[in-house]
Amino acid sequence: MKLFGIFFAAFLINNILLIRFIALCAFFGVSTKVDTSVGMSFAVIFVMTISSAVSWLIYYFILTPFHLEFLRTAVFILTIASLVQLEELYLKKMIPTLYRAMGIYLPLITTNCAILAVAFLAIDYRYNFLESMIYSLGVSAGYALAIILFAYVRERMAAAPIPRWFQGFPIAFITAALMSLAFLGFSGMFGL
Amino acid sequence: MNLWKDFNQGIVRENPVLRLMIGLCPTLAVSNNAINALGMSVAVAFVLIGSNLVIALIRKITPDEIRIPIFLIIISTFVTVCDYVMQAYTQALYQALGVFVPLIVVNCIILGRAEAFAYKNPVLNSVLDGVGMSLGFTLALGSIGVIREVLGAGSVFGIPLFDERIAATIMILPPGAFITIGCIMAFLNKMENKVL
Repeated sequence: MKLFGIFFAAFLINNILLIRFIALCAFFGVSTKVDTSVGMSFAVIFVMTISSAVSWLIYYFILTPFHLEFLRTAVFILTIASLVQLEELYLKKMIPTLYRAMGIYLPLITTNCAILAVAFLAIDYRYNFLESMIYSLGVSAGYALAIILFAYVRERMAAAPIPRWFQGFPIAFITAALMSLAFLGFSGMFGL
Repeated sequence: MNLWKDFNQGIVRENPVLRLMIGLCPTLAVSNNAINALGMSVAVAFVLIGSNLVIALIRKITPDEIRIPIFLIIISTFVTVCDYVMQAYTQALYQALGVFVPLIVVNCIILGRAEAFAYKNPVLNSVLDGVGMSLGFTLALGSIGVIREVLGAGSVFGIPLFDERIAATIMILPPGAFITIGCIMAFLNKMENKVL
C-alpha cells in the first residue's frame, strides 16, 4: 500500500511538470508535436529509472561510508552524464530500432533537470532502494502523461484563432496553467 | 562600449527567462513570494558570476573535447558552496527553496553562458556578462514573484497590503505561475510591436 501511495503521489498528485515545475525547458521545447513528445517520454522513462538506481547505490554504498555526502551534486551530475553516453552506445549496438526511436533525445536528457531532481528527491525522502525505484517510475510516467496530453492540445491549438499578442509561447503557458489546475484536483486523493 | 554591450544585453534584449526561454524551472517554482524569488536570484547570480569568471580564466588551457564535464565540475563546486552557505545562514529560505538549490547545477542559463560566452571571451567581459544575465534573471523572477504575492496573498515581501481573504489564492498555487508568465510574455510582445 505504501508503494502504491508513492507511485500515485509521484504520478498525479505531485506531477513533476505541472505541479513541481521541474524540467520545463524541454516541456515547452519538444511538446509541439505528439511524435517528438512520445519519443522524449520513453527516453526519460528509460534514463530516469536506470540513473536513479545507480545514483542511489552510489550515495549509500560509496558516498555515505566515506562521509563524502557534500560531493553529491558533482558526483550525481557526472554519473548521469556518463550513464547517458553509455546507454546511447549500448542501444546503438544492441537494440537499433529503439535507438532510432529515441536516439536524438538521449543527449538532450543530460541537462534535463528531472533526472537529477529525482536522484536528489529519493535521497531527501529517505526512500529505500525499492521505494526509490517505484518513485522514479511514478515520476517518469507522470512526465509522459503530462507531455503527451500537452502535445495533443498544442497540435489542436495551431489551428485555433488566438489573439495576436498571445500567439506562440504565451498561449502555451496559459494552456499549461489550465492543465496544472486540473492536476491540482488530484491533491488529497488517497489521503496524500 | 563593447563591455557595456556585454553587460547590457542580458537585462532586456536577451533576457534569459522572458526572451530565451531558459531557466524556467526555478523561475516558476520559487516565485510564489517576493522573498523566495530574490533569494533564488542571489544564489543563481553567485553561481553564474563565479563560474563565468573561472571558466574565462582557464579557457586557454581547457581541452576542447572534455570542456562540458569540466564546466559541470566548476558549476557544481559553486553550487555546493552556495548550498552549504544557505543551509548555515538562511535556514528558512533554504527550506523554502528545497531541491531547487542543488538543481541550479542543471540550470540551462549557467551552462549556456559558459558554453556560449565565457569559453570564448576574456575575463572582464565574462564577469560583466554574468552580472547582466543575473540582473535580467532577477528582474524576471522578481517581477513574477511580486505580482503573484500581491494577487495571491495580498502582501509584498511579507508586508500586508490588503485583506488576504479577498486575494486570489490560485496565484500562489502552481497554475498562477503559468498564468503570470504567459501574461508577462504577451505584454512584452505587445510592447515590442509598438516600439517597432
